[in-house]
Amino acid sequence: MEIRKGIAVSPGIAIARSMVIDSKDHRIPRRSIMASQCAKEVKRVREAFSGAIAELTALEAAKSIEESKIKDIFAVHLRFLRDKSLRKRITDYVRDELTTAEYALSVTLREIASHFARMDDPYISERAADFYDMEKRLLTQLLGKVREDVEHLTSEVVIVAHDLSPTQTASFNKTFVKGIATEAGGRTSHTAIVARSLGIPAVVALEEVTLTVTADSTVIVDGNRGMVIIDPNEETVKEYQRYASELSQFEHRLYVIKDEPAVTRDGVNITLLGNIEFDDEAEMVKERGGDGIGLYRTEFLYLYNDSEPTEQDHYEAYAHAVRTFESQPVVIRTMDMGADKYPQSGRRPVESNPVLGLRSIRFCLQNLTMFKNQLRAILRVSVLGDVRIIFPLISNLQELRQAKMILRDVMEDLDESGIGYNPDVPVGIMIETPSAALTASLLAGECDFFSIGTNDLIQYTLAVDRANEHVSTLYSAADPAVLSLLRNVIHDANKAKIGLSVCGEVASDPEFIMLILGMGVRTLSLAPPMIPEIKQVIRSVTLKECNQLARKVATMDSQRQIKNYLRDVAIKILPEAF
Amino acid sequence: MFFGEKAVLSEPVYEIEVEIKNADGLHMRPAMRFVDLAGTFVCDIEVSNDDTYVDGKSIMQMTMLAATRGTRLKVKARGPDAQEAIKALQELVEEKLFDDSAAAGSGGQKA
Repeated sequence: MEIRKGIAVSPGIAIARSMVIDSKDHRIPRRSIMASQCAKEVKRVREAFSGAIAELTALEAAKSIEESKIKDIFAVHLRFLRDKSLRKRITDYVRDELTTAEYALSVTLREIASHFARMDDPYISERAADFYDMEKRLLTQLLGKVREDVEHLTSEVVIVAHDLSPTQTASFNKTFVKGIATEAGGRTSHTAIVARSLGIPAVVALEEVTLTVTADSTVIVDGNRGMVIIDPNEETVKEYQRYASELSQFEHRLYVIKDEPAVTRDGVNITLLGNIEFDDEAEMVKERGGDGIGLYRTEFLYLYNDSEPTEQDHYEAYAHAVRTFESQPVVIRTMDMGADKYPQSGRRPVESNPVLGLRSIRFCLQNLTMFKNQLRAILRVSVLGDVRIIFPLISNLQELRQAKMILRDVMEDLDESGIGYNPDVPVGIMIETPSAALTASLLAGECDFFSIGTNDLIQYTLAVDRANEHVSTLYSAADPAVLSLLRNVIHDANKAKIGLSVCGEVASDPEFIMLILGMGVRTLSLAPPMIPEIKQVIRSVTLKECNQLARKVATMDSQRQIKNYLRDVAIKILPEAF
Repeated sequence: MFFGEKAVLSEPVYEIEVEIKNADGLHMRPAMRFVDLAGTFVCDIEVSNDDTYVDGKSIMQMTMLAATRGTRLKVKARGPDAQEAIKALQELVEEKLFDDSAAAGSGGQKA
């Protein structure tokens, strides 16, 4: 039994057998198999060879005589793939070392490659490249087969991988894919977001998890505590089965309170909004008792379309959510991603540090046609309900002024075309850079509301990339530096009497709720599944207690001390949630 | 040219020594020609560079010999068509210089 700690990105408990998806671009880890699986793995090696031979034969035939050099290379590779002694070396490795076909194949070909690379004759030493090429071709055969298997599952599995693309994750069949565990990724990665919207428990940033998992072993994914347990003992499995059933009862009780107001025991009303990614999640927010949409991420429009989304694409996606909430607020965030992720961006500047580069509002301000398209659509839906616009990653006053100026341009265009919109549409900004937090009093003078995006604010303040498993433990909302910035922003917003909400992950963390209420926040925007639980926390506390707690935290000097204190208090208030 | 010619277990065994004379040595394409030719015979064919004997029908093992120009290789054939095999392989290595299309001796590289 082995326990790995990662980041919980999608709640729930899954207990199932593992299915590992390796990547040919990533080192294939040594994965053990049982002696009884030997024959199956040997068969997979043989099938990979026949597949690769068929592929190469077709490729060779397709080449013309003029391409005789390439033909020659293929001919040589074919001889190697047909060489029984090469195949035998790999199948012997599977039998002797009891590893998966992928590992045996990779390690054998790399051994041969390095044998060649060591030779003095440059012509022969360069042949090492041929073996890496053959390795790739054979691995593609093996991994492609696994991918097909994932699409045609017949039993429940936990998917274990280095990384998954959003498309891959979105194609998972929820009936059989019970949990996800990956090495890469962070809470805000698209895998995480898709897993959450599908309701599949997921844990990411698990260092070297693909190395630890043996094929077909039992894995528990604890998407609440951010843990993965590999080969659990019987006792642990029973404990988790009990925990899972308790959780579902707890969830049921939370569901019952969905129509109750989010009000503290001493009568202070708190507004709970939902963060959404896809328009159909608006219903989920409503079902869970949310008061509106506090953050409508619009990146999916760009990521899931091959061509640039039209104004009408934008309009339809927004109109649905706005109609769902009628007079309740829907805060639409303008495009928030980097040039590196924007598939329609023809010229993709290679940036050495994209997180500090041309992304989000900066990218929009340089791609006005695209930006104006989105703004027009948002303005057009503004007549359907309480629509608000929020600009992401504002890092100085100048950017806010520019963005507002472009919004005014678009309004004038609409006036000229006689298209209706709400001229008083509230305009807010995300506070997610230290520079914005430090100049909050200036920014507050020129916008209608703030929404604190704690995820980026923490990353930029602490200089930590949470998706990087080597430093992710340094990432903490409880860091005194982060809390100091939050205090500043909350103070300035309340002083300027503008709207204020917290929409980062902190708002869905039961441990942090008392602290942020005590610091003066009255509106939270969070992941829809978490709304009932957070409401339950709010209904269990008094604002007086929250204020006391916030004052006490202000005297503490370390992340660890603060975190422990918040946890202790939270467990007393709502023991079932922890 | 043959220096070993004896029958073991009623199967004829022939052994010769050949010299790699082409500029590139026993690289991929020559090895491929050798293996392809060796594969047309039923007899077992072993090749040695003095250290180890390898299977003359396996391209992987042949290329791992990493024989460069000037290397002398022992070629041993055992089986019914061993004599023909040895003859054909010697011709490929020393006369055709691993190139089936070139006329024997045209390279003018004979030692």
